[in-house]
Amino acid sequence: MISTLGHFVLFLALGMSLYAAGAAVYGARAGREDWLASSRNAILVNLCLVTLAMFLLEYALITSDFSIRYVANTSTRGSLTRYKIAGLWGSLEGSILLWAWLQSLFSALVVARYSDRHQAVMPYVQAVLQGICAFFLLVMTFAANPFAPSFPVPPDGRGLNPLLEVTDMLVHPLLLYLGYVGLSVPFAFAMAALITGRLSEEWVKNTRRWTIVAWLFLTGGIFYGGWWSYRTLGWGGYWAWDPVENASFMPWLTATAFIHSVMIQERKRMLKVWNLVLITLTFSLVIFGTFLTRSGILGSVHAFAEGPVGMVFLGFLALVLLFSLGLIAYRADRLKGHGELDSVVSRESAFLLNNVVLIGICFTVFLGTIFPLLTEAIRGTKISVGMPYFNRVSVPLGMALLLLMGIGPLIAWGRASLNNLRRNFLKPMVAAAAGAALLWVLGVRQAEALLAFFCCFFVIGTIALEFWTSTRTRAAATGEGFLQAFAALLLRTRRRYGGLIVHLGVVIAIIGIAVSSIYKVEHEVTLKPKERMEIGPYTVQFNDLQAGERPTHILVWANLTVLKGNTTLTELHPGQRFYPNQQSPFATVDARYHWSEDLYAILSTFERDGSSATIKVMINPMMAWIWIGGGVILLGVLVAVLPERRLAMLTVRAKTQPA
Amino acid sequence: MTWKKLLIPLASVPVILLLAYGFRTDPKAIPSPLVQKLAPDFRLQAFDGGEVSLADLKGKPLVLNFWASWCYPACYEEAPLLEATWKRYKDQGLMMVGVDIQDKEANAREFLQRFGFTFPNAPDPGSKVSIDYGVYGVPETYFIDRQGRIAYKHVGALTPALMEAQVQSLLKGT
Repeated sequence: MISTLGHFVLFLALGMSLYAAGAAVYGARAGREDWLASSRNAILVNLCLVTLAMFLLEYALITSDFSIRYVANTSTRGSLTRYKIAGLWGSLEGSILLWAWLQSLFSALVVARYSDRHQAVMPYVQAVLQGICAFFLLVMTFAANPFAPSFPVPPDGRGLNPLLEVTDMLVHPLLLYLGYVGLSVPFAFAMAALITGRLSEEWVKNTRRWTIVAWLFLTGGIFYGGWWSYRTLGWGGYWAWDPVENASFMPWLTATAFIHSVMIQERKRMLKVWNLVLITLTFSLVIFGTFLTRSGILGSVHAFAEGPVGMVFLGFLALVLLFSLGLIAYRADRLKGHGELDSVVSRESAFLLNNVVLIGICFTVFLGTIFPLLTEAIRGTKISVGMPYFNRVSVPLGMALLLLMGIGPLIAWGRASLNNLRRNFLKPMVAAAAGAALLWVLGVRQAEALLAFFCCFFVIGTIALEFWTSTRTRAAATGEGFLQAFAALLLRTRRRYGGLIVHLGVVIAIIGIAVSSIYKVEHEVTLKPKERMEIGPYTVQFNDLQAGERPTHILVWANLTVLKGNTTLTELHPGQRFYPNQQSPFATVDARYHWSEDLYAILSTFERDGSSATIKVMINPMMAWIWIGGGVILLGVLVAVLPERRLAMLTVRAKTQPA
Repeated sequence: MTWKKLLIPLASVPVILLLAYGFRTDPKAIPSPLVQKLAPDFRLQAFDGGEVSLADLKGKPLVLNFWASWCYPACYEEAPLLEATWKRYKDQGLMMVGVDIQDKEANAREFLQRFGFTFPNAPDPGSKVSIDYGVYGVPETYFIDRQGRIAYKHVGALTPALMEAQVQSLLKGT
């Protein structure tokens, strides 16, 4: 029943998408407002249909209706309801349905927001967005039907991969999808600008907020993924340069480059072609990422089941690339920039360099990701590219990026005078050098670490100096108090200061990454009950092993007492989960999370009679700062994009409240 | 549009071709080190109460299949093929054993009943046999020759063509 109905609804939605795209184009060409209105209505109907399809699949998931093949593959009777719900994005077909729904939702949002504006480009924006939506619906109707029936109906389902049965699973993929789908909006506006030949800065201005919000979701998804990996996977790390992690990182890099380079276009009307290429690349990399995850051409921990969809995604990727690059080529003559670089020492050139470095990182990541494929195609040998390659190339480029992050926002436009340089950079430079020297005195000897800290201090210094001088100037000019002047400044130039706060967040995260990777301490020992181990300032005592049955698995855990000196700090219970339908056990990590350092415990192996257990303990210093940095980035983006009125209301309320 | 401009979109073609080549490779196809080696011995208590062991089957070609009732759809797809092959070749000396791993007994019995398996099937307590054979997931099938060597290992659901070819080559071997 659900099976037939669901598939039918998807067909209807596909028809609606194609109609909406076609009607928009025809309406624009023929100048028929009635067709344009009809297209907008079709987009809303499409949203209702895809929503219905999603609810149907969710209903089947929640009620464990194993007559649907997808449900049998992604949930078991014993799963908690929230994981049954999460089954929607637990596997291939459902995740495409979710994607189609978000794509449909974003189309409707764009239509609702701009129904009375940008008349000339909107039909083509609608057509592109609905075209993308139609692609995902096409995949589901013909290649990966989420409503395919199962025959015979199995007594119980396979269930989600146990690694996915954690609360974070409810958040991490959603954030990424929101980011990916969000990036289709600036892409659609860029394509519409190319198609209509309205190549001014209009499309850049219209999509600025969309891009930044999508970037925020993508950033959030990446950070959240790292956090999840760190607390769940039990190897003490958060990023493995896995092909699918790279697949989310690459569009992030190009989107970051895009956010910066459009500022030059807005201000100087330069880099027109470059920005179009960047957004095309970004969207293509999003599709490339989905292709990687779903085609199974590269081995990855994230890979979904394989199937014919890989080919379909590759076809779509080819279409997107050829279509959008073809349009750029077609319009190339009219895309000549207006300005030229006045001087190498200027904000324009700092931004350009930032773009070069970001694209450089993106290219090295891309190369590393597809290198196994390349060697197999050319030399027929299987190799895998691991952490060492990625770390070696990305660390120096990352440091260059850090330096530029300090320079870019403060250096003058056009041509920076010596005075400008001295005023903005001398003090931060001296402070950073002093900071690095202090670290050297404290015993930090690795050149790489000192250089990284120098760059971080420099960026923090420039940001602090900027906030300090601007606030003081304003306070002096208006007679406001210091805090009031600071708040007013944030509100008045939110885009600029929001951006600086984002930079601060990035630096904080980088400090966390650097310190935790350089000063990590790791110790693995086999202990008998009541035996102790020493690690750093801590003493860890193994008390005993326990086992218990959980709804979906059997849990074996070790009871550990952590002491510092003679005082008991905490109890930790790392364990292993045994699932009836999985080959190997899964780790349950336990850790004492603290802003200064995490004490992280893993149960590696144990004797079944409880006579001994092998326990791995790690001290990860300053790990928390990675996640704090993520929070600061979020804050900065909110400052930069929240609508003026909303923020003003907040501050008024704050002011009227008695202190 | 001039030829030079065409280069912009054409730049993406090599990348697309390389990705298309990816479909011809299989990143998971890592050859099993056990192939052409002696198959590890096993002794299991079958669902019907009897005992199956590799030692007792010596001298006969054997199809050793690892399955589970929760392994949907692959195990369900190949199950009828297993039973049909068994019926067809058992008189020519072929042996077939199913090993059910990490399963609930009631579900496993339901699975056996549904497909009417008549060849011996046994649960694998503690996954001992699956670990010995390096089973990576279900279904996996090992084709073991008369000398007790693993001639071929297949991961995933079996296809009739592959089954036929492997069984024929096992039966031909001396």
